[in-house]
Amino acid sequence: MKQSLNYLTDPLVKANPVALHILGICSALAVTTSLSTALTMAGALTVVLVLSSVTISSIRNHIPTSIRLIVQITIIASLVIVMDMLLRAFAFEMSKKLSIFVGLIVTNCLVLGRAEAFARQNPVWPSLLDALGNGLGYSLILLIVGAVRELFGAGALLGYQVFPLVENGGWFEPLRLMQLAPSAFFILGLLIWIIRSWRPEQVEEPEFSILSQNDARHP
Amino acid sequence: MELFLTSVFEQNLALSFFLGICTFLAVSRKFETALGLGIALIFVQAISVPVNHLIFEWLLVEGAWNWAGLPDVDLSFLKLLSFIGVIAAMVQIIEMALERYLPPLHRALGIYLPLVTVNCAILGGSLFMVERKYTLGESMIFGLGGGVGWALAIITFAAIRERLKYSDIPKGLQGLGIAFVITGLMSLSFTAFAIGGTP
Repeated sequence: MKQSLNYLTDPLVKANPVALHILGICSALAVTTSLSTALTMAGALTVVLVLSSVTISSIRNHIPTSIRLIVQITIIASLVIVMDMLLRAFAFEMSKKLSIFVGLIVTNCLVLGRAEAFARQNPVWPSLLDALGNGLGYSLILLIVGAVRELFGAGALLGYQVFPLVENGGWFEPLRLMQLAPSAFFILGLLIWIIRSWRPEQVEEPEFSILSQNDARHP
Repeated sequence: MELFLTSVFEQNLALSFFLGICTFLAVSRKFETALGLGIALIFVQAISVPVNHLIFEWLLVEGAWNWAGLPDVDLSFLKLLSFIGVIAAMVQIIEMALERYLPPLHRALGIYLPLVTVNCAILGGSLFMVERKYTLGESMIFGLGGGVGWALAIITFAAIRERLKYSDIPKGLQGLGIAFVITGLMSLSFTAFAIGGTP
């Protein structure tokens, strides 16, 4: 029981797919201009990830190794197509905003990465938990970045005005930069910094260490 | 020409649409490898976007099967699957053609070509082509421009990153963290093109 709980909780902070393994970053950054798009994207990805992991792990003994990538991509692509159609049918406005990024879940390295690294070798139940955990870890990052960008870029959360804007007689001048691409990179970079200060074991070793003048003189 | 400049600078795939960022961060530690991957990506992007355009127009779009007496067939929901198939096949064909006719280039690009298959910049380029309804000529230029823009971004980034080895960075920010901040700064400078117009 403890073990299976670990599958679920590990990817949240300790081995976060976005912050530690750099998986699935493309979409993580593109859809985070507001919290609601981030939320939709996170939901769509988690569902696709869970379903694909379950499918792949349940037929794992029948896939020949040589063509496994094609099989996996076909399964993932079919699920994404279904997801895209569902969004179009029930949330058309939202799917317009997400534009091509729902389709790009197919090449999201996170989905294929989990299929390849975990679901291919493990039974259905652990694969499901692992996929769910990774989906939630991804969602967590997306929601934090989305919330920060919408809050400071438009003074709102999920469309509700939190800070009164200057143009409506309030005090908050929205930071337009937050709605542009660069801020997503900055926020994610700083987020990684925070996580790594909290969990120092994730810090990458530098290729060279910088010696101060004293060290150089007395090696 | 205008479309080319727009897709290289103003709407750079890597820096303003975040496409192919995974590879962008992973394969930019060395200048030479970044150069190889950049060239491979230009190749594949410039070929696969027009090919996907033809496939989409002739086989998938609604009414494309009119000549066969099937006017109501709309296969455009298959576009994701077929684009991925086309891209994978194109990469394979390009690899074989290079091996046969240009062995030195094949040796140089060797391992990068397969990597390009799973790069979302390529699929994203094709999907943008469909969404913005480009014509065949436009999609050729868009494919080339998108590839060049991506290559420009990764080569510049790798060059900066090589210098970075000699700088003193706070411990938690090392590696990935600082890479993101630099990408942000680069993206900021590319945003200037969108505001101030292309050179």
